[in-house]
Amino acid sequence: MDNILSITTFMPALAALILAVFLRGEDEAAQRNAKWVAMATTVITFIASLFILFDFDRNDTGFQMVEQGEWIMGLTYKMGVDGISVLFVMLTTFMMPLVIAASWSVTDRVKEYMIAFLLLETLMLGVFMALDLVLFYLFFEAGLIPMFLIIGIWGGANRIYASFKFFLYTFLGSVLMLVAMVAMYADAGTTDIEALLNHQFGSETFSLLGMQIVGGMQTILFLAFFASFAVKMPMWPVHTWLPDAHVQAPTAGSVVLAAILLKLGGYGFIRFSFSMFPVGSEVMAPLVLWMSAIAIVYTSLVALVQDDMKKLIAYSSVAHMGFVTMGIFSGNQQGLDGAIFQMLSHGFISGALFLCVGVIYDRMHTREIDAYGGLVNRMPAYALIFMLFTMANVGLPGTSGFVGEFLTLMAVFQVNTWVAAVATTGVIFSAAYALWLYRRVVMGDLIKESLKSITDMTRREKAIFAPLVVMTLLLGVYPALILDIIGPSVAALVTQYDTALAAAEAATMVAEN
Amino acid sequence: MSADLTIILPEILLAVFAMLGLIGAVYTSKDDLASPLLWATSAVFLAVAAWIGFTGEGTNVAFGGMFIDDGFSRFAKVTILVSAAAVLLMSEGYMSQRGLLRFEYPMLVALAAVGMMTMVSAGDLMALFMGLELQSLALYVVASLRRDSVKSTEAGLKYFVLGALSSGLLLYGASLVYGYAGTTLFSGIVQVAEEGVSLGLLFGLVFLMAGFAFKVSAVPFHMWTPDVYEGSPTPVTAFFATAPKVAAMALFARVMHDAFGGAVADWQQVMALLSVLSMFLGAFAAIGQTNIKRLMAFSSIAHMGYALMGLASGTALGVEAMLVYMAIYVTMNIGTFAFILMMEKDGQPVVEISSLKMYAKREPGKAWAMLFLMFSLAGVPPMLGFFGKFYVLRAAYEGGLVWLAIAGVIASVIGAYYYLRIVYYMFFGETQDEGLNGGKSPILWAMLMGSAAVMLFGIINMFGVDTAAAAAALTLVN
Repeated sequence: MDNILSITTFMPALAALILAVFLRGEDEAAQRNAKWVAMATTVITFIASLFILFDFDRNDTGFQMVEQGEWIMGLTYKMGVDGISVLFVMLTTFMMPLVIAASWSVTDRVKEYMIAFLLLETLMLGVFMALDLVLFYLFFEAGLIPMFLIIGIWGGANRIYASFKFFLYTFLGSVLMLVAMVAMYADAGTTDIEALLNHQFGSETFSLLGMQIVGGMQTILFLAFFASFAVKMPMWPVHTWLPDAHVQAPTAGSVVLAAILLKLGGYGFIRFSFSMFPVGSEVMAPLVLWMSAIAIVYTSLVALVQDDMKKLIAYSSVAHMGFVTMGIFSGNQQGLDGAIFQMLSHGFISGALFLCVGVIYDRMHTREIDAYGGLVNRMPAYALIFMLFTMANVGLPGTSGFVGEFLTLMAVFQVNTWVAAVATTGVIFSAAYALWLYRRVVMGDLIKESLKSITDMTRREKAIFAPLVVMTLLLGVYPALILDIIGPSVAALVTQYDTALAAAEAATMVAEN
Repeated sequence: MSADLTIILPEILLAVFAMLGLIGAVYTSKDDLASPLLWATSAVFLAVAAWIGFTGEGTNVAFGGMFIDDGFSRFAKVTILVSAAAVLLMSEGYMSQRGLLRFEYPMLVALAAVGMMTMVSAGDLMALFMGLELQSLALYVVASLRRDSVKSTEAGLKYFVLGALSSGLLLYGASLVYGYAGTTLFSGIVQVAEEGVSLGLLFGLVFLMAGFAFKVSAVPFHMWTPDVYEGSPTPVTAFFATAPKVAAMALFARVMHDAFGGAVADWQQVMALLSVLSMFLGAFAAIGQTNIKRLMAFSSIAHMGYALMGLASGTALGVEAMLVYMAIYVTMNIGTFAFILMMEKDGQPVVEISSLKMYAKREPGKAWAMLFLMFSLAGVPPMLGFFGKFYVLRAAYEGGLVWLAIAGVIASVIGAYYYLRIVYYMFFGETQDEGLNGGKSPILWAMLMGSAAVMLFGIINMFGVDTAAAAAALTLVN
């Protein structure tokens, strides 16, 4: 199993190719075949990724299972995982079978639909495993294509606008990162991420267009990467593509978007911005922290007034991602631990919440909150599951949502008390909008005529939620499951960060004297 | 002398072939011979390309430096010949269906190819002008191949008048350069230029660049492109978009480095300006187009901007990037034009973009291939088009033109919009009762699929194109 990472990554793409070449027709049998091929592939990919997890040595802080080979244009093909990325790989492979299962009712162009999702899985896995800048960028950007198609072809009424906005917004952010990558290539002479992590980028203050750039090249590079990851994340104020994309995307698309695609930004922040540009991060951290705090409060308030369920959850995602950026740029062990934990837990929770919306959307074909009310009377099982994930979203102790929020708040409290204070109020707002949503949709009397004949969840739907429920509760009561794996790598990263900062500071002192 | 002739043997053979073809067609029943001649021309192109590509070695200079056969010219020649052969093959069905397949067509293309091969090998201003005019004159005629169409004749005339103007500019520049350098040989000019560019030489250089910019259709010398693209018969448009662009771009690189290699600082800013204007005009102007041929015209203007970005860096990496970019660009355009040639309804060619509504429902295979090509043209990874952009960005950055690199990526985002719009029509739009039908040519289908497959799988292995380009660039810049 020397190239387990490549096998895992490209298995879905291979299945997509097989579907594209061999599956013909649009009849029911062909559709069923497409669904089962996709299902089988994602399950096998998950099993393959379990091998990665078992082979993973959690005391080794470096990259493991590294594969390296020649590539075109003198670039290298290099894959590997470390404590930071391995769990994102697991999150991706874990969510994909559920996503496919949630798409069982799709009838329009099923083959293409499954191909798009399988390709998306390959690209997302590639992002987390790539150890070469260009390879990373390739996977990172290529993910836009299937998502553009998923929103544009299988989306809602306003899908064209949403898909173009999604594509152009994220594309614009990313191309600046591309220029930064070219600059890093020129500076370090390599695109190998492992080598770049040990490369010191210039941090001497210089003046550009009459402005003093504190932190020098590192700050510039940081800002270029920030343009990309902040949009992807998404951070306030460049989050506006997300609500549109979420609302218009089909349920499965929303789940992938919320559970995995948003994590690419957070992962990028840790892997690149924080690790490679410590001085730049240090310079920009106050700005990022305040932007996160504003995001948490502002988007929570915006979520409060939404009348579309998906939009509400989309805004709540932005708020939760605010905790992630806040944790990362606190720059300490708790912060990074909390950020990664929050991303993983948000993957399960937000994915589940979008699935919850999907369940009733499939029955009533509307996402208007006002169209519902009193569902508990007809759908007790649904009410229970929705309740669990609402609470997890709020961050109730005992669910995984609590751990991440608590760790990041604790981390930022050590760095900047005011940011911590503002962000904590966001927790209260999140309780407000989440519980109010639950109250309006599920509680009360069932008075709406259209809802009188609504049916509870089917066995298939319950089966989709079961793994998510287990993960949310398990991580809530036993967070060490995750923290033990990410801990050593994060500790090494934080040490490296502090050393680099100290070195840069010493260098400035010498220069000044 | 005989050694000189051996070096230009490929050009001689092609020219002889073209003349024999003309004589043969005149003495027989003319247009019956058109189809066999077309096939024969493609075969000869491919054979000559293989000959040059596989047996060419080292740098050989003929006629006292007027003709240079080096790695750079061989790379360009192979690209030119292969793309010309592909375009000829694509033309056959379209032209014979519409009674356009005259025997002059393959012969004119063959003569244009001879001109292009001379251009990229030119080591002297005279040889340069000879090749350029041979190419241009052949192209003016093919542009107006459809004699009974107003648009086609207009295209030919417009191209001719503006082309004559640009030739005039170029000649004026050449005469200034000759006057101030005292020689027409590049090897002589470069020595004079290295000692410092006098004002007269600088004027000559600028006029030369204006002439070349016209040939590569860089802004602000691009005005002819949309009209000529729209008016010419589609296979001819496909030809305009591929081989002549490579030749003109290679010639541009040749003159800038062989004749003015020591004065990079003097032309770098001009080149960068041409590049940035082309990228932005191409990106903005294409947005409003409803005719796919006009859209491709603006797209090609934008792409020339990116290729010029490579040249603007003034380094070996820049030339390498330009060569790779042009090779990828040509491959993408062949596939895209194969698709456009297949756009027809009841036997009539259709060029309206809106006619593509829900094309994916009727012809999923072709629609997906076109989708890959569109993303590749937009420069979105993982398509090969992205690597072309990455290459020129690297060259621009390392050549110190950071602002140009940033402008380039921003223009690429704007440009992505209109490529996405085609995808939108094909995949997202509302269903339409009467759409395109027909277009069942196996050759076009194979070209489209082949080109899309190269864009998709070329990222695994470029079959040595990247290393060949690197070697070619080193023979030009050292």
